[in-house]
Amino acid sequence: MSRVGTIALHTFKESVREKVLYNLIVFAFLLLGAAILFGSISVGIAQIILVNLGLSSISVFGLLMAIFIGISLVSKEIERRTIFTILSKPVWRAEFIVGKFLGLLLTLVINTAIMTAGFYAALFYQKGSLSGSDLVALEAVYFILLQLALVVALALLFSCLSTPILSAVFTFCLYVIGNFAGDIRWFGQETGSPLVEKATTVLYYLLPNFGDFNVIAHVAHGHQIPRSLLVSNSLYALLYITILLSAAILIFEEREF
Amino acid sequence: MPAAETVELTKDYSVGFWRKRPKRALDHLNLSVQAGEVFGLLGPNGAGKTTTLKILLGLVFPTAGTARVLGRELGEVAVHARIGYLPENPYFYDHLTAEEFMNYMAALVGLGRGERRLRVGRLLARVGLVDSRNVPLRKFSKGMIQRVGIAQVLINDPELIFLDEPMSGLDPLGRREVRDLILGLKAEGKTILFSTHILSDAETLCDRVAILNRGRLQGCGELREILAMGVSTTEMVLENPPPELLRALTPFTNSAVRTGDRVRLEIPAECDVPEVLEVVLRSKGKIVSLSPVKASLEDYFMAQVAAAPEAPQGKAGPTTTESRQGER
Repeated sequence: MSRVGTIALHTFKESVREKVLYNLIVFAFLLLGAAILFGSISVGIAQIILVNLGLSSISVFGLLMAIFIGISLVSKEIERRTIFTILSKPVWRAEFIVGKFLGLLLTLVINTAIMTAGFYAALFYQKGSLSGSDLVALEAVYFILLQLALVVALALLFSCLSTPILSAVFTFCLYVIGNFAGDIRWFGQETGSPLVEKATTVLYYLLPNFGDFNVIAHVAHGHQIPRSLLVSNSLYALLYITILLSAAILIFEEREF
Repeated sequence: MPAAETVELTKDYSVGFWRKRPKRALDHLNLSVQAGEVFGLLGPNGAGKTTTLKILLGLVFPTAGTARVLGRELGEVAVHARIGYLPENPYFYDHLTAEEFMNYMAALVGLGRGERRLRVGRLLARVGLVDSRNVPLRKFSKGMIQRVGIAQVLINDPELIFLDEPMSGLDPLGRREVRDLILGLKAEGKTILFSTHILSDAETLCDRVAILNRGRLQGCGELREILAMGVSTTEMVLENPPPELLRALTPFTNSAVRTGDRVRLEIPAECDVPEVLEVVLRSKGKIVSLSPVKASLEDYFMAQVAAAPEAPQGKAGPTTTESRQGER
């Protein structure tokens, strides 16, 4: 196995050993409770609420993990001085960063997969059966994963630059602002000032556009997701993550321990 | 070709929060560690020992000067496949067992699954941790952690080993264990560069030592030369010497200390020893012992450190004559 894969697997193992996946228990109780509770409400609304709640929970739980584990991926290794041992082996610093990113991503993918299974179990309990149209929720889950990958890359970049607390604040703020990237651009256009419009357009392109990944309400109402959005979001996430990781690597290359 | 060498190696750190100012950690250091030797970097805290090792490992970058490790320039990660490093007060992943940690290290140096299993088992046996192979590292004592640390150093069968304060914080038993492991590596012909401020360890283990203080090289040489240089006095112990004998010996001695019925005399000039003996034998004095007093490494160390000038902070000071001593 490559060194990147070795570091990624170790990062995943560390998350599991540190009982990160315990969040799944909270998630399970939340969904089970919701399914039983909404069972008494009329069928159509119950399903919309359950899909909304289930997918939002997957997103929020994943986001919390991505931020709080992401900011400590590098800082913990530096603080505990385990980085000395790793970098004294024939490991490039870039391999370390990419390995850490992939390791946390693997944790998030498995965590999200289990939560998605729980979500479908709750949906089955509530509806009594599952149909092909329910599978559209998987596309929303895929977008959530793309968002989480972006958040991990952001957290990793900040953790190469700053303290864990500041990294968490920066990452969370950018996540929130990134959800309103489209609104910021719209605001600029509405002002009628060319200068503000230009500035907000630049901001729109610079900020991670999390808003385009949020299709939960869309899916909850049973709407299909256009293929073009799947492709454009995938390419956007890939490009943005590559830029963020490259920046993290450049900073980490210059760092002294 | 030296196993490791530094040429005019200088490192400044920035200190201060608002107004950053440079603080010199290493000042034009010239060192050359030959293949197969055990080389000790000695010095008080803050002397620049760890900085030197970290620069050689690429963990810290030099401000000026150059260094080579196994003939390769700094920053060549490939050379790390041929070296091993034990950091000071090591801390390893406490969620892993000793065996898992060693497997992780083995995978990082590119060992295949079969080779990994064999080597991990052999190394854990070598450091006496076979019975604890499945115990999480968080339950290990400091001595056990140090032994795991040495095992991971050896995972790639390195040619050159860097050990940063390997005995620091260990109890006498732990120090003995680590010292024996290093002696074993020395017997295998490994090149070892280690830093320490425990001089007795350096005396036991090193072929050559360099003394650093405030980032500057104060002295460097073979241990036996340094210790031989220190033969400065001769000690003679007499039993019940008569007062007239002591009076006769006064011109040759610079101290006479009585303990019970014995008197210990210190003869500063080696050339006076035959005459002193003749005087004692003539007056039928009883000699209990006669021995040269060797200065210890500690005496040498203290003399070098005491003689060190105050280093100019953050400015490139002149290269001292001492800093050339490390060249070989």
